[in-house]
Amino acid sequence: MDRLVSAATARTPFPANWTARALWTALALYVLYACGILDVSWDRFVRGLDNGARFLGRMFPPDFSAQKLDLLKVGMLESMQIAVLSTAAGIVLSLPLGLLAARNLMPGWVSWTARGVIALCRSFHPVITAILFVKAVGFGALAGVLALVVASMGFISKLFAEAIEEMSLRQVEAVRATGAGFFNVLVMGVFPQVIARFIGFCVYQLDSNLRNSTMVGIVGGGGIGATLFTAYQRFDYDFVLTILLAIIAVIMVAEVVSAQLRKAFQ
Amino acid sequence: MSAALAIRNLRKEYRAGVPVLRDVSLEVGGTGMTAIIGPSGTGKSTLIRCINRLVDPTAGEILFGGQDLARLKGRALREARRRIGMVFQEYNLVERLSVIENLLCGRLGYVPVWRAWLRRFPPHDVARAFELLDAVGLGDFATRRADALSGGQRQRVGIARAIMQDPELVLADEPTSSLDPKTSVEIMELLARLARERGIPVVVNIHNVELAKRFAERIVGMSQGAIVFDGAPSELRESDLLAIYGGEGWIDS
Amino acid sequence: MRRWRRFTPAQRIGRALTYVLAAVAVVWSLRTIEVIPEFLYDAPEQTADLFRRMWPIDWSFWGEMVAEALVETFHTATLGTIIALALSVPVALLAARNITPSATLNLVAKFILVSSRSVNSLIWALLFVAIFGPGALAGTLAIAFRSIGFVGKLLAEALEEMPRGPLEALAAAGAPRGAILLKGYWPQVEPSFWSVALFRWDINIRESAVLGLVGAGGIGVALDTALNNLYWDQVGLCLLVIFAVVVATEVATSAIRSRII
Repeated sequence: MDRLVSAATARTPFPANWTARALWTALALYVLYACGILDVSWDRFVRGLDNGARFLGRMFPPDFSAQKLDLLKVGMLESMQIAVLSTAAGIVLSLPLGLLAARNLMPGWVSWTARGVIALCRSFHPVITAILFVKAVGFGALAGVLALVVASMGFISKLFAEAIEEMSLRQVEAVRATGAGFFNVLVMGVFPQVIARFIGFCVYQLDSNLRNSTMVGIVGGGGIGATLFTAYQRFDYDFVLTILLAIIAVIMVAEVVSAQLRKAFQ
Repeated sequence: MSAALAIRNLRKEYRAGVPVLRDVSLEVGGTGMTAIIGPSGTGKSTLIRCINRLVDPTAGEILFGGQDLARLKGRALREARRRIGMVFQEYNLVERLSVIENLLCGRLGYVPVWRAWLRRFPPHDVARAFELLDAVGLGDFATRRADALSGGQRQRVGIARAIMQDPELVLADEPTSSLDPKTSVEIMELLARLARERGIPVVVNIHNVELAKRFAERIVGMSQGAIVFDGAPSELRESDLLAIYGGEGWIDS
Repeated sequence: MRRWRRFTPAQRIGRALTYVLAAVAVVWSLRTIEVIPEFLYDAPEQTADLFRRMWPIDWSFWGEMVAEALVETFHTATLGTIIALALSVPVALLAARNITPSATLNLVAKFILVSSRSVNSLIWALLFVAIFGPGALAGTLAIAFRSIGFVGKLLAEALEEMPRGPLEALAAAGAPRGAILLKGYWPQVEPSFWSVALFRWDINIRESAVLGLVGAGGIGVALDTALNNLYWDQVGLCLLVIFAVVVATEVATSAIRSRII
């Protein structure tokens, strides 16, 4: 028995994993270094907490006066309109763009060009696009709508193109074999296979546009974000809290509705 | 021979009024293998899982080492559980851990959490794990990840993990159902041998009557949530099988 | 003769209703949204003007401000992601119904996760700028607080969808809860944890690039300065740099992902 035990202990159960140890150490060192760079110090944090307490104190209680609620309603409705319009336009534009980007339906140069457009749409944050559109079409909801249209195009077309590429080509060939023209092939062979997923992306994008519509207002793109930013700049913090609560409530509802919708259309 | 485990009037209803186990009473002795046979859905698995409380019984007593397992909670339940090893149909290894760590998982009931976290298991546990690994014929696989093993090898690890607990009883829930016939025999041989060498009683659920007769000293037949046969394999007649499985069609098929 | 139907009548009515509602919503939005037509007329001219003024790009701005801001953006995103990972683990544990059996605690945790996700990172940044003053600290916390909801939600889902067998085996061996978490849950959830972390880091690089617009540090500050000064050639440089960074992170994350996952 003794011999067995000593023979067994000679084997190591857990060979040291130096890569993992090095990575964890590097992570710890990085955190310290980055805290130093970003001036994240305990002192500053404590001072901030003090400030934060005062800030929270001014936020409470949230302002529910009739006049403020009116402002809130106007802003929130505008945000919803921005979300609805940008999603609708995004869908309309994504249909052709996604089709053009599908490599199994289009010649190479067409799909690569379309993919380039999609990549460009995706690479800029909606806030940056919103800034450019504010300059182009002026302050207001339109700039917000246009910014979110660009974002929606990037998202929906990319996933739509991927869905088309993943579908079964047999059905398409079967339709083609009946002598159908290009549009009949699309309507009879392609759409039935991808429509459920397409609707899923659209619902998801509506949800996501609603979230982002709260943000484009900060740079002049209209909606509840504009209301929020104005209240913030006037140090009207109790109204800021009201708006935040309203945003959380609306997004929560939207999340539930969009999950239900996606389930219904799957 | 004293009873290691005594089940009295055990009753389990997943839905009120629909009992899966109807007042089952069973005593298991201090050694040897007891096989529970019966058609699927008859409550064999529920019975086994009630014993170590993976399933909570509705009524009845499960006497084990002077305690009623059916009433235990929290820490006391954990301490009772570590004295009962369990082998599962789907092996239930933690696939992304190494084989040796899966074995040491059998010691988690004894080892403080910080030791498990830092992998500082007590040296005698580690030594025993290697010894057991050799005993199940997987000595060279200690540092392999469990998901790199075949089904039969995984079940060997599963058995070794149960034995690692130093159990006073081993439960096996369909340990061979996911394996091919040859491996099934090997696994049953291994289970019977390890239990015999260490004097641990085994209760095994098994739907393969031939395997049950070959390895068990005692056969318990269940039908519709009740025990309808209890005796030695040699006493098991075709009429008993009929009572357990019902109908005759299955004998031909 | 029976006819084949794809959906039950209730489903079909539900779908039809959704389409009608969608159409109504679009029409309502189109009619009521406020658009000032005068602004629209000169939009093409304004756009052309915009791009004309961006060219040629003012490279001197790189050394002046952009390079330093870029480094700050990187650190904001990375440190914010790390903080979010640390904070989201306990919340995810509370939100996962199979780990925390209390419905009240689940609900509290879910509320934290939804609140974190509903408030945009730009809005989080506004709040933290008000508390900690302008700078990268506010940005880092904004990134962290926005990411908790995202990471926590995905983590809680991964925990809930985990195979039960191994956990059951550890419970049957008498392992205490902490040991089951460490040896049952963690090894199984680890791959999704790191892939969520990587995914979120990619998003956070994009997000931290704009936080500077509200004063929360990073390249957004350079962009904001250039915009306020109407130096469009400097804006051009910022946009180009942001574009390059986004492409680079995407390449980096997909390389890491294909390597380790």
